[in-house]
Amino acid sequence: MSILIKNVSKTFGNFVALDRVSLEVPDRVLLALLGPSGSGKTTLLRIIAGLEVADSGNVLYQKEDITDQSARDRKVGFVFQHYALFRHMTVAENIGYGLRVRKTPKAKIRQRVGELLKLIRLEGLQARYPGQLSGGQRQRVALARALAAEPRVLLLDEPFGALDAKVRQDLRQWLRRLHEEIHVSSIFVTHDQEEAFEVADRVVVMNEGRIEQIGTPEQVYDHPATPFVYNFLGNVNLFQSRVVNGKARIGSLEMEVPEGTHPEGQAVMYVRPHLLDIEQQATGADHFRARVKHINRTGPLVKIELMTEWGDFVNVEMSQERFRHLGLKSDLEVFVKPREVRVFSATGRA
Amino acid sequence: MNTEAAVQKPQAGAAARIQRARQDPTWVRWGLTLVAVAVVGVLVVIPVVNIFVQALSDGVGGYWKNLVADPDTRHSIILTLTVVPIALVANIIFGFMAAWAIARFDFPGRTLLTALIDLPFSVSPVVAGLMFVLIFGLQGYLGSFLREDGYSVMPYLISLLAVGVFILLFFLFRPASPKTRHELWNHPWTVVLVGSAGVFGLLFFLQVHFEVWPRNESLKIIFATPGLVLATAFVTFPFVARELIPVMEAVGPDEELAALSLGASGWQIFRHITVPNIKWGLVYGVILCNARAMGEFGAVYVVSGHIAGQTDTMPLRIEKLFQEYNLPGAFAVASVLTLLAILTLMAKIKLERKVPSRANLSEPKTKEARL
Repeated sequence: MSILIKNVSKTFGNFVALDRVSLEVPDRVLLALLGPSGSGKTTLLRIIAGLEVADSGNVLYQKEDITDQSARDRKVGFVFQHYALFRHMTVAENIGYGLRVRKTPKAKIRQRVGELLKLIRLEGLQARYPGQLSGGQRQRVALARALAAEPRVLLLDEPFGALDAKVRQDLRQWLRRLHEEIHVSSIFVTHDQEEAFEVADRVVVMNEGRIEQIGTPEQVYDHPATPFVYNFLGNVNLFQSRVVNGKARIGSLEMEVPEGTHPEGQAVMYVRPHLLDIEQQATGADHFRARVKHINRTGPLVKIELMTEWGDFVNVEMSQERFRHLGLKSDLEVFVKPREVRVFSATGRA
Repeated sequence: MNTEAAVQKPQAGAAARIQRARQDPTWVRWGLTLVAVAVVGVLVVIPVVNIFVQALSDGVGGYWKNLVADPDTRHSIILTLTVVPIALVANIIFGFMAAWAIARFDFPGRTLLTALIDLPFSVSPVVAGLMFVLIFGLQGYLGSFLREDGYSVMPYLISLLAVGVFILLFFLFRPASPKTRHELWNHPWTVVLVGSAGVFGLLFFLQVHFEVWPRNESLKIIFATPGLVLATAFVTFPFVARELIPVMEAVGPDEELAALSLGASGWQIFRHITVPNIKWGLVYGVILCNARAMGEFGAVYVVSGHIAGQTDTMPLRIEKLFQEYNLPGAFAVASVLTLLAILTLMAKIKLERKVPSRANLSEPKTKEARL
């Protein structure tokens, strides 16, 4: 276990940033802290770095309690959201700073800076100042600076937040490859689920100072643990329903609810758009009626907007082939059959 | 092609019209410029030139004699050149501490402190001088004590100062990592308490034993150089702090935190990150502070007592010479003061050229939530 966070809490005035958060980060894993702003993800990252002090709880590194250690003794590499490069130092001086303050011999610093410049593919720019670099280049310099002193953990606060879309895409893949090369346990904070799923080995979804779910990107995407995760990941249809005798009703449809997860009464049902089947003819009873409202055929999947018999809008995705096979048109009446649903009690957790 | 040109032409016409609409008529522009030049000429250029003309009216030889021959004038120049640097150093230290506290920490009374820093700007210098007279003057709160045995506080003051330096040094040189700390470094409270008591006791004993300070003698603050320094420092206090606060707020704490997480000690962060980042703001503040301190008249007038050859600074000396109808003498001293002011201004302009534009230095910064 590389990093162990035990029951960490933190409040700013009346605002609860972290509420008894516990988390294990295995060795050599690239982990994403995913959540909306205000969910406490950056606070957690800063507490791990020692830049913020937890009100209670412990942070352990390889079973050693580092809760009371100062940030400078923790040997973590921290990449700030706006890079925080030293603006009056050159790229080489920036990268070598962590070694310089640890009294490393000059020749060794030069060698290590050279290695890192190669790693971040900025050879030849070592004499530039941060002000003369593009956003993506600054980001890479910040990363090299954090890596120079061979940190035990690499922490990145919204590493791609301030970059434009194209550069962001390149840097994501680059970070992924870099992590495979250097194999330092890394934690990065993001509010972008796509980024988290694409880059991370493991995703931690946070909300209001608590952890909602921990898992691999597949686990989190395919089996969201809470209504919040469903909503946050987006791209999901939501039905108000009622659970009676272990069966959930929406409109004319009655469905068996997966065992043991549901209370009786008001409930919310979540269905992903690609898990809804559309038929032209009614087959069996487990379907509801809807009318085609809008069809978007761009991209690999056809996105169809339907209006249900009780007046809600529903999104459905299907392959182009299937779409051609069905021959759907606007205003056509169809029968919709959910293949997989999740039901949560209307008041909160499953 | 044709349509494009057709589209562009009215646009160009419109642009010209907008340009014309935005610009004032020629006579207004020329009129305003002339008025501005005339006002600056009459109010600034002519008087300044006149100072040098008057000062040199007896020729260069007379000018030099006026400056150097009179011992009181000589003394006033030396006194100004003594008082101003001391006040400046004090203001750099206090200004930096105040700016640091305000820009980096949120504490109760922060707004009040920010307002209080500006107080010397809004209070009349004469009132400021009177304040010091009321505290340290003969009839002031501390007057009788200072008169009878003023130097008796000195051993305490010096010893306390040494204790402060001792504590500062202890924490500056204390290894930050618990692993590299040995023995005494691990017991800050004991060391600070025992060490402070030791330093205080030893210094106090030495001062008393060797009778460093005269006994039963009055310590003069008002009508003496310490009063001049106090008054000058008070009046010019806001310059450094005012310059530094916005610079420190704009730079933000991120670079310092980055240095910290890279393993830098407090002293290293200060030297490598903080000082280079605020350097130009600090120099600018010092230049303004210096200009104001040299010319300070009101507060200094009240606390100096106007003793020729003892407490007269240059502005006071000018006034006295002027009152004595020694116009060439007054203008000679005035020309030195003006020259210093012009030098300061030139340094300021040079600096403004040299400092790269702020936009280039600071990355675009959005106020982001830290969560």
